[in-house]
Amino acid sequence: MTINAEVIEQHGLTIEEYELIVAKIGREPNLTELGIISVMWSEHCSYKSSRKHLKKLPTSGERILVGPGENAGIVDIGNGYAAAFKIESHNHPSFIEPFQGAATGVGGILRDIFTMGARPLAVMDSLRFGPPNDPEAGNRNRHIVGGVVGGIAHYGNCFGVPTIGGECVFESSYNGNPLVNAFALGIFRKDRIFFGKASGIGNPVIYVGAKTGRDGIHGASMASAEFDEQSEEKRPNVQVGDPFLEKLLLEACLEAMESGVILGIQDMGAAGLTCSTCEMGGRGGTGVEIDLKNVPQREQGMTPYEIMLSESQERMLLIAERGVEKEVFAIFKKWGLDAVEIGTVTDDGILRVRDHGEVVAEVPNSLLTNDAPLYDRPATTPFRPAPLDGPKLPQPSAADHADALKKLLAAPDLCSKRKIYEQYDYMVRTNTTAPPGCDAAVVRVKDAGVSLAMALDGNGRYCAFSPREGAQLAVAECCRNLSTVGAEPIAATNCLNFGNPEKPEIMGQFVEAVEGMGEACRHFGTPITGGNVSFYNETLGDAIYPTPVIGIVGLLDHMGVPAGMHFQRPGRKIMLVGGVLPGVTADPLDLERRFGSSQYAKVILGETWGLPPTLDMDYEKRVHKTVRDIVRARLAESAHDLSDGGLGVALARCGFGPRRIGARIELSSEFSPLFTLFHEAPSRVLLSVSKENSEAVGSIADDLAIPAPVIGETEEGNLEIQINGDTFHASVGELFRSWDSSLERMLCG
Amino acid sequence: MADSPSLRFGVVLFPGSNCDHDALYALRENLGQSADFIWHESEDLSGFDAILLPGGFSYGDYLRAGAIARFSPVLSAVQRFAEHGGLVIGICNGFQILVESGLLPGALVRNRCLHFVCRTVHLHVESTESPFTRHCNPGQILAIPIAHGEGCYYADEETLDILERDNRVIFRYVNADGRVTPEANPNGSVNNIAGIVNEGRNVLGMMPHPERAADPAMGSIDGRLVFESMIHSLVRS
Repeated sequence: MTINAEVIEQHGLTIEEYELIVAKIGREPNLTELGIISVMWSEHCSYKSSRKHLKKLPTSGERILVGPGENAGIVDIGNGYAAAFKIESHNHPSFIEPFQGAATGVGGILRDIFTMGARPLAVMDSLRFGPPNDPEAGNRNRHIVGGVVGGIAHYGNCFGVPTIGGECVFESSYNGNPLVNAFALGIFRKDRIFFGKASGIGNPVIYVGAKTGRDGIHGASMASAEFDEQSEEKRPNVQVGDPFLEKLLLEACLEAMESGVILGIQDMGAAGLTCSTCEMGGRGGTGVEIDLKNVPQREQGMTPYEIMLSESQERMLLIAERGVEKEVFAIFKKWGLDAVEIGTVTDDGILRVRDHGEVVAEVPNSLLTNDAPLYDRPATTPFRPAPLDGPKLPQPSAADHADALKKLLAAPDLCSKRKIYEQYDYMVRTNTTAPPGCDAAVVRVKDAGVSLAMALDGNGRYCAFSPREGAQLAVAECCRNLSTVGAEPIAATNCLNFGNPEKPEIMGQFVEAVEGMGEACRHFGTPITGGNVSFYNETLGDAIYPTPVIGIVGLLDHMGVPAGMHFQRPGRKIMLVGGVLPGVTADPLDLERRFGSSQYAKVILGETWGLPPTLDMDYEKRVHKTVRDIVRARLAESAHDLSDGGLGVALARCGFGPRRIGARIELSSEFSPLFTLFHEAPSRVLLSVSKENSEAVGSIADDLAIPAPVIGETEEGNLEIQINGDTFHASVGELFRSWDSSLERMLCG
Repeated sequence: MADSPSLRFGVVLFPGSNCDHDALYALRENLGQSADFIWHESEDLSGFDAILLPGGFSYGDYLRAGAIARFSPVLSAVQRFAEHGGLVIGICNGFQILVESGLLPGALVRNRCLHFVCRTVHLHVESTESPFTRHCNPGQILAIPIAHGEGCYYADEETLDILERDNRVIFRYVNADGRVTPEANPNGSVNNIAGIVNEGRNVLGMMPHPERAADPAMGSIDGRLVFESMIHSLVRS
């Protein structure tokens, strides 16, 4: 095949990029080389549009052992142990083939973790779909939800890692483009970290795991393009996952690492053999030479192009010391896996690919890694999908509030996700001390004698209305979630889901969001150790809401059961740390605008507008410390943060424990009951506290200058809320049933 | 259990086992016993007082849970161990392997809801006349988690009659009040059956995971009763 303009375009390259290739290697590339270069230069692998801005994120800190650029970030958790963790998107494959797309998303992130030597301890998923009850896309959306959840369950359950939490949000902006972001965390001794580095000239390059097939060719390039009517035809680009094989690969790799025969190791994820060979050479300052005749193949007659670009799953590349290969082979044989030498480490910095001895591709590593193009894409004022000012707000009665609360609790975003997380084995490995459905998931680390809390947060609607503030709010909420279980946030990972970066108003969203996230992570002391950017989340030119998702890991110094979110007993004082509506100005215009991004606006009023709630990061941080100190001193029986749906929803949710405890609330507020109940101001946490402890709780809050008013008392079975003299009642049991059964009803159509 | 005599449990390790470490941890740390892994290619069970087949996906289980594991070398050894009266407990995938290999009657098919289910359920102890439940009170209700996709127990009527007649149904799914209801049945098992023993009453298969309810940090310690019963039985014999 001759390389012409059409071929170049098919490879997702511009003519300018092609000319750059020719200039760099001093000749026309052959087709195999073009394939290799194009996939490494794809947005997915090269971060060519984002790299410039990602540099603005904080990446270092006391506990950070390994930052961005490796397979996963690594953080010190004390007592000689470390945690490796990362989040990654699998949006495009999950739309085309939901089950396998999501399954291989989990498989890929797990490999990133155990490639570094860590045994995976937990998985979480941040999911976004079109509404299950959408009049036009509902059917397809439900199909995608079922497939994605089934795929995650299939992979994680069989592999034997608990899926312990995450988020699941429904918004019409994800109708044509669901988001599947998978997070994994693993544990190891901090002196046993492995890197994806090819070192020692003449050392063998060993291929282990599944055989190479024709699946997934150009997966990375697919993830770097928008969807159109022909996207269905890309189904063959989605790989098929085999979690059992991955489990074998995990055990064999960890055993080989433990035995000391491995020098470097890297998984074959996006861009498969191409990426692993050139990146290992790149990091090691060496070259890698392989012969494809030795690569185990599932199909006959595969071309060098296909072998190099295949994204078959469950494969690893490793470098061993020359002379001990046999030990490596024996370990993999024990686990029933292929392990073959396919090449050697060289000193020339070149990725050289032979096929039965004949050189079929020869490209400098640097061209594939460091010298990939870097763009400073034009960015304008971010695209705004909704007006700044909304309709005239209604003046609901107390009875209307009761009705709205019930509706909100049954709304797709706020209802119980039990129907989803019960399909995941969230207990395997017996570490899960706070199961899914809590503010933050918690796992104990038996070897290290500590626990890790973790949460994923993002809010596309907030970000669509103000990318900077929305990203900051996500970080704030994530840290707030961790504080409710008493954990100290230590490090973060991010997954940045956006539309087409070639559109300046989308690039504007990206730049604002990244800067906002960087500011917040700096403020809350959670450096970003890695993550992933997913651009081109557009179908037929419609971009998703800008959706930066943050995952934060927090540390607890014990292995016991952390404080829960549910009221435990009647007769306890309910305290609202942070105050009733902190940071809300009395300016009615601003207040109404900031109410327009709320769940109340979305669900009850049926339209959204305006801006996200105001965040004071300094105040927020003090609220976290207040709550953390209270929870750590075991002064609160429960702690639950306020977020979507505001105070009303949070009060009801606190009652949904096994005992269905309600509350009698008496509030006087300078704002209307509508705002008081349903505005989503951040920086607030609800506690239930025994009478004896309430004074101690109050004094901790006082010391940090954070108000923590007592707003009522818990009581059996009934929720009664009185604001400025107006009262409404609801039965906690009835609210619970509507919250608990809603998702199942929606998913069954 | 710190002062109880230490026995040696063997936890069979199939390549796809994933509750292997959990069982080992519960036996060692929560029950103070000695426990070691047995590789699936081994046929040597000497020195073990009881054998545990853990949960997981033995050989991937893409065909049918436990369908391949029954042919593994370790299973013939387990079979002999059971024939000689040794205590064998199969949990989840272990139960599936025991029915596939014929050590227990019946079959485990896909859950009625057709997907995987993970939650804590209530079990009614139907019989304390077994080495696995003699530490329980008659009629005791235990809170123990399940986590499986193929846990719907099925047997033909004749087999069921025998199981029921001989009190070989050891655990049944019930609601919190101890009543056998369709809602309390998480997978569609016939007669709400959650666990059964063989004729000799020395082989137990159960879908729920007692090893996940052996540590206070996991929210329930009811699963300890199963292991404590085994330890007690072994010491007495």
